[in-house]
Amino acid sequence: MKPGRAGAGTSLGAAVLDSAEHAKVIAAIASFDSRQDQLLPILHGIQDALGFVPPNSIPLIASALNLSRAEVHGVISFYHHFRSAAPGQHVLKLCRAEACQAMGARAIESHVRSRLGIGFNETSADGTVTLEAVYCLGNCACAPSAMLDDHVHGRLSIEVIDRLIDGCREAG
Amino acid sequence: MSLRIFVPRDTSALACGADAVAEKIRSVARDQCVDVTIVRNGSRGLCWLEPLVEVDMGEGRYGFGPIHVSDVAGLFEIGFARAAAHPKALGLIDEIPWLKRQHRQCFLRNGITDPLSLEDYRALGGWRGLENALQMAPTSIVQQVTESGLRGRGGAAFPCGIKWQTVLDQAAEQKYIVCNADEGDSGTFSDRMIIEGDPFRLIEGMLIAAIAVGANKGYVYLRSEYPLAQRVFDEALRRARNAGWLGRNIQNTRYDFDIELRIGAGAYICGEETSLLESLEGRRGQVRFKPPLPAIKGLFGQPTVINNVITLASVPDIFVHGAEWYRDMGMGRSRGTLPIQLAGNIQRGGLIELAFGVSLRELLYDFGGGSASGRPIRAVQVGGPLGAYLPASQFDTPIDYESFAAIDAMLGHGGIVVFDDTVDMAEQARFSMEFCAIESCGKCTPCRIGSTRGVEVIDRIRSGVEADANKELLKSLCDTMLHGSLCALGGLTPLPVLSALKYFPEDFKAVSQAVL
Repeated sequence: MKPGRAGAGTSLGAAVLDSAEHAKVIAAIASFDSRQDQLLPILHGIQDALGFVPPNSIPLIASALNLSRAEVHGVISFYHHFRSAAPGQHVLKLCRAEACQAMGARAIESHVRSRLGIGFNETSADGTVTLEAVYCLGNCACAPSAMLDDHVHGRLSIEVIDRLIDGCREAG
Repeated sequence: MSLRIFVPRDTSALACGADAVAEKIRSVARDQCVDVTIVRNGSRGLCWLEPLVEVDMGEGRYGFGPIHVSDVAGLFEIGFARAAAHPKALGLIDEIPWLKRQHRQCFLRNGITDPLSLEDYRALGGWRGLENALQMAPTSIVQQVTESGLRGRGGAAFPCGIKWQTVLDQAAEQKYIVCNADEGDSGTFSDRMIIEGDPFRLIEGMLIAAIAVGANKGYVYLRSEYPLAQRVFDEALRRARNAGWLGRNIQNTRYDFDIELRIGAGAYICGEETSLLESLEGRRGQVRFKPPLPAIKGLFGQPTVINNVITLASVPDIFVHGAEWYRDMGMGRSRGTLPIQLAGNIQRGGLIELAFGVSLRELLYDFGGGSASGRPIRAVQVGGPLGAYLPASQFDTPIDYESFAAIDAMLGHGGIVVFDDTVDMAEQARFSMEFCAIESCGKCTPCRIGSTRGVEVIDRIRSGVEADANKELLKSLCDTMLHGSLCALGGLTPLPVLSALKYFPEDFKAVSQAVL
């Protein structure tokens, strides 16, 4: 995935799944019954294993659940959680909702976008951080909040978020 | 004798460093050869004090907070003695006025127990409601819920007993209980706190619903934004199954019931009941037309009880203390208690469970202590992103569904977001439309198109482009969305927008292009 480019949306020209990716997709599909109602659990299984849902997994999913590729694509593209391109080493989700706004989230968002040089659903040029928007982490009395790789951080300030980003870059 | 120290494992506590504090306590205790047992409890909901560390001193639990890793050594130095003048000593937790003044029923166990301990759950009254309900006929169970006056706590406030009666009345082999844990409103976290802090309570409530209406399968639809809640609830389900509270022949009765945890995928609209059902069925979260009601044709076309977490979590107590006990609390047609969530720019935010009737002013100032910034509170949004923004003139409104509806506002799930006087209400109105556009399921035109047009109209007003004409256009657009939308997302987005225009018209004057 090219750094600095928007990663949302599927691409017809996407690379074929490599054998490791293919195996993980097949395994995720096989963990669930082959019914349409299992589609979201399957998509979660794939994204949990690979960090995203490769566009070329769509025909495999569609075939297993006896759905059209358009239907599967429609579900993936509907839900904000699923991404169609590999993220950077870390995913930083900033909360943009009202309680966080009331405690200065907009200024933090501005600062992060400017520091990393990217917008939402983009990855920093060094590949360390993918930035995403999230609407409420349920940490509203300890705002502003962000989620860094599944861990919620509250009472954010520009200093705190800078330290979190520094941590991503040091850890790699 | 091991010293019991409680460090909450709750998303807010963790967000403020609780895991590091627990680890530091463990390592200092090891280094100093002090025998401690660390219990990861749920959160008490005194969020400004998180991480709130408690110590069991035999005659009660003493609190210290907010505790950082750097405070831990000092706590060991004083031996956690409550009498010591530690700057962060809070005294007996039960005596803290902020907590003592509450009517903790639904949140009775939060912070006291280890959320995953079945022994703790039983010791503090758990399973008694279910055991009582198991002695009753289904119609009597439903009648008791109806008599309690319990209304849906998700936001629509529909009488819970009527919903359950409708499902009970359907002749169908397969019925479902669906718990709506898609708590997407900003300013809300009560569902999350119950799932993380007292998960067996939700399981017990769903069990009572199941035996009342004749369902053998349940689902909990939980937001993907709540990963800790997912881990805790997965474990709670596993333990409940192992102990015979879920599965075949619950506690050797003839009832079967099991619960499947399903995770959402970042769509706010999936908090709308029919959109949630679509998502469970593996489709885009598009809103369904009603009728048919989910109670008649719901999940997979079968009769389905779909209720919010707090609604279901409120049920067991009704079968311990009775319907009259619940009905006797509250005001008007709002009976029982509401776990109110105080958030945003507030000094003392968190979970405040009270019988309906307390005023917004008392919550903001007596409990909340005013804004966190110290500046005047200018606007308060109650009920989430679809709720009206209220100015000080409305702060005497009591927490009651009908009192809020009467002022074109919405109590909703009970979330309160506080803004100080640095807020730009035109910017907030713009966000209301922007959020609607981002989260719209796309099915109906007033919401799908109206929200995008709404952002553009507000931008024109703020740029000074034919401001008066555009303000009229905005009101007309809001009227269309209010009356023409398929669901409350498009239908209620006008609430915050119109309230901003009404109460804060001065913010809609032109701003310079540089600001936009």
